[in-house]
Parts: sequence; C-alpha cells; structure tokens
Amino acid sequence: MMQRAERMAQTLTILGLESSCDDTAAAVVRQAGDARAEILSSVVFGQTELHAAFGGVVPEIAARAHAEKLDVCVADAMAQADVGFGDLDAIAVTAGPGLIGGVLSGVMCAKGLSAATGLPLIGVNHLAGHALTPRLTDGAAWPYLMLLVSGGHCQFLIARGCQDFTRLGGTIDDAPGEAFDKVARILGLPQPGGPSVEAEAAKGDPARFRFPRPLLDREGCDFSFSGLKTAVLRERDRIVAEKGGLTRADRADLCAGFQQAVVDVLAEKTRRAVRIYMAEGPSRPLVAVAGGVSANKAIRARLETVCAAEGASFTAPPLPLCTDNAAMIAYAGLELFRAGVRDGLDLMARPRWPLDRAAAGMLGGGKKGAKA
Amino acid sequence: MTATAEISARTPEDTARLAERLGRRLRPGDVLLLEGPIGAGKTHFARCLIQSLMDTPEDVPSPTFTLVQTYDTAAGEIWHADLYRLTSLDEIEELGLAEAFESAICLIEWPDRLGPLSPPGALTVRFESDPDDELARRIAFGWTDPRWKAVVEKL
Repeated sequence: MMQRAERMAQTLTILGLESSCDDTAAAVVRQAGDARAEILSSVVFGQTELHAAFGGVVPEIAARAHAEKLDVCVADAMAQADVGFGDLDAIAVTAGPGLIGGVLSGVMCAKGLSAATGLPLIGVNHLAGHALTPRLTDGAAWPYLMLLVSGGHCQFLIARGCQDFTRLGGTIDDAPGEAFDKVARILGLPQPGGPSVEAEAAKGDPARFRFPRPLLDREGCDFSFSGLKTAVLRERDRIVAEKGGLTRADRADLCAGFQQAVVDVLAEKTRRAVRIYMAEGPSRPLVAVAGGVSANKAIRARLETVCAAEGASFTAPPLPLCTDNAAMIAYAGLELFRAGVRDGLDLMARPRWPLDRAAAGMLGGGKKGAKA
Repeated sequence: MTATAEISARTPEDTARLAERLGRRLRPGDVLLLEGPIGAGKTHFARCLIQSLMDTPEDVPSPTFTLVQTYDTAAGEIWHADLYRLTSLDEIEELGLAEAFESAICLIEWPDRLGPLSPPGALTVRFESDPDDELARRIAFGWTDPRWKAVVEKL
C-alpha cells in the first residue's frame, strides 16, 4: 500500500470522459506532485452550431451517438496530449448525475478501456467536477465557497475536500439558465437564451418593470426562479393586449428587468452564503462561480462586488472550463486517485447523485432507461 | 369519445392539494399528459404530486434540461419528463418512455411531442392561467379510458 506522502509526490496523468449532458467530451490532465495541474488536452464534441437552428439546446439522447462520439473524443484527446494508454495512471468518467443514456455510455466506454488496459477506473460526480475546477484553474485552498449556476443547476457548496462538500442552499424549482432560456422563448429571442437575453438587457431600462425577487424575504440560501419567468410572461401578455404587440424597447426593457431580478437575487443569496462561509474562518477566503450562467457579465460583476465587500477573493474559471467539459472530470479523478479512490467494473451510473451525501446507485448496468 | 371535467384552483396551494389528491389515486402504468403553455403551472403540479408521494422529502428539479427525472416512491416508480427539447419520435424510444408507460407512473410535460406514441389510456391534464388573476389556474381533465371517470370525480 502506497503511503499518502508518496501518492502526493507522484506525477499523475488521467484521462477523463464526460457524456452526462448534451455534449460528449474527453480530456487528459497531468499533475506533477503538488504543482498546478496542467490540461494536456480537452476535446468537446459539441453541438453548438445546431442549437440556434432548433430553437433550443438539442439534447443528445441516443446512447449510441454518445458512444460513437466518445471513441472519437478519446482518440483526439490522447493524440492532442501526445500520450498513449501506457502513459496514463487512471481513467475517470462521469457516473452521474445526468441523462441516463449519456451517463451509461460514458461509464460503459470507460469500463471497456479499463478492462482492456488494466488502468484503474474512477467514477466522478459531474457536480464535483464543476466544484473542483477552481483547484485546477486557481489552485484554490480548502475550504472555498462555490456557486454553481447553469441551465440545470443552481447551488452553493462549501468545498472542504475532494469528497467533502456542504450544500448551503439551491433552487427549489428552475435553475437560472433555464429561466434565461424560457424568457428567450417567451420573447421570441434565439436560443441559447443566456447570451440573447443578456444582449437585449444591455439595451433596456431595468427600472421600467419591477419583477419579483423570489424567496428574498425568506431566510437561507435557497432560490426559486420559476415564478420570475411567469411574471415576464404575464407582463408580455399585458403589453400585447394593450398595444397589440411588443416594441423593441418593450422587449429590451423586459429582458433588463428580468436580468436585474436574477442579479439581485443571486447577489443577496451569495452575500448570505459568503457570510456563513466566512464565519468558519477560512485561511484564504475564496468564492468561485462556475456554470454557463457565470458568463453573464452583469451577474459576474455584481457577485465580484458582493465578495469584495465581504472580504473574500472572487474567481470564475474561463468559460470553456465553466461549462461542461472533460478536463474537470479528469482533474476530479486525479484528486480522487490521490485520495485512494478506485472503482471496480461494477461502477454504476446514477441519474441522480446529490453531492453532499452518499446516495445509493439508482440504476445498474443498463437495466432501464435509454437503450445503448 | 373523450370525457372531460374542469376544476378551478384559486392559488398555487390549491393546485398543490389537487395534485396530492390525484397522486393518491395513481398506480404504475398511469400516464398523465400535462398540457398548457409555458408558465401555466405544469411543473408546479408535477412537483407537488411527486413530493406528496415521497417518504423522505427530496428536491424535484425541473426536467427541462435532463428531459427525464425518475423517483422511487411507495406508490411505485415515477417518471417526470419534459419533452419540449425533443425533435423526433426516435428520441422517445431512446428515452425508454414506451416501457415506462407500462411500468411506472409517468408525468409528461409537452406531450404533443409524443405524436402517435401517446398512450391511449392516459389522463390529459390541461392548465390554463387566468388573465385577471395571476395565482389562479383552470385545470381541465380529459380521458377516454373509463377508469379516469371515478378518479376525477373524487377530486
């Protein structure tokens, strides 16, 4: 059995696979001892060019499509990193949460590679991948506060170790990214909704419409964004009933008012979460935000202000590492490997897998769900 | 011949209680097709129904991004699906919905995407908002399977 100190000094090279959402990705990450980890390659077989054409983000449902893309991604990632299987120490794969067909095909692919090469297999929680990214990009020290804010997620986590997360709060209904997409749908703006609503909001008057700030009156760090989307819908219908349609200014003002409400809610809840975190007396206080919504400049600027006022540093990993990618999975696998974690070929795909507690695997090897 | 019935909910809490009462009467193989425009309350209804059947409270996130969320409850397995992002019937097949229609309680948002795969024995629940009252919803039930008559009448 290798001693902990020996493990920490080791140079590790990990292949990571990610296929839990709409994209398929593979990456190779290397870390020499306790130096900053290095991304040798990060390949995303995205579908971005299709998104606008379909008026929405196109989900990749077919497990076999993921499987085919995974092969290509793995070959590309290994070639770009200039490594062979002999150079790898382990294979990390997203084992959940996510769309079961995608997760299963990733897990099956990783198992196949592990069985064929004899390399250890490590199942990674997709959310842990996001939550550990500040360690990869900024060398963040434990504990740090993480705001994960994307199309499907919205939660605060205190990260204390690579398997030790405390959830301070999260959305009780929709995630902000979903609210942006649905507001774009309501106002006839192109998808993905985040950038198009943000662009409209920049031209509008945030004070014209006063939308609700859900759950602001309630204690704690939970969010609710579903009612906000409905409020925008009602305002749109009221204007259309009154004037027969929306002017450009109306649309911009609706977007600005909506975005302002989201910014206000995120800022206030972040302030509360930061205070809870700071009360623990962290040695190097750091707040990190990840997820697609962190690309929104208004949100980012306001969160930076809140953190500065509370005495914490603020970081947001570069966008390609904020959205779904496999480098974060490879890196999380690397930390888990150093912590001694290994999974067997009985690794299960978990469509739901809360980060802050151990949850039983929900689905076994392709028992049900999407067909492989 | 489709039978229908309509219920008014004055508040989201009214809708929640209606969802609970319907939830108590569901069994595996039951499919609810939740219709209505964005913001009409489909997810709210589904969330309340699912949570009322859980032994231990758990978050019920929107399935818009994940397409399907599954839950194990005392009443049986529940599938909560949002089909808005689907573009072809093959994808319904890929999701495993056809099997779930047989074996689970299924709550389906944007069920128009099902086309010919829509199960004939399903209960349609249509949500409509009230332009004069932002909290109120009209909830209309429609069915052909006679089993639903007794269920809906007792709501």
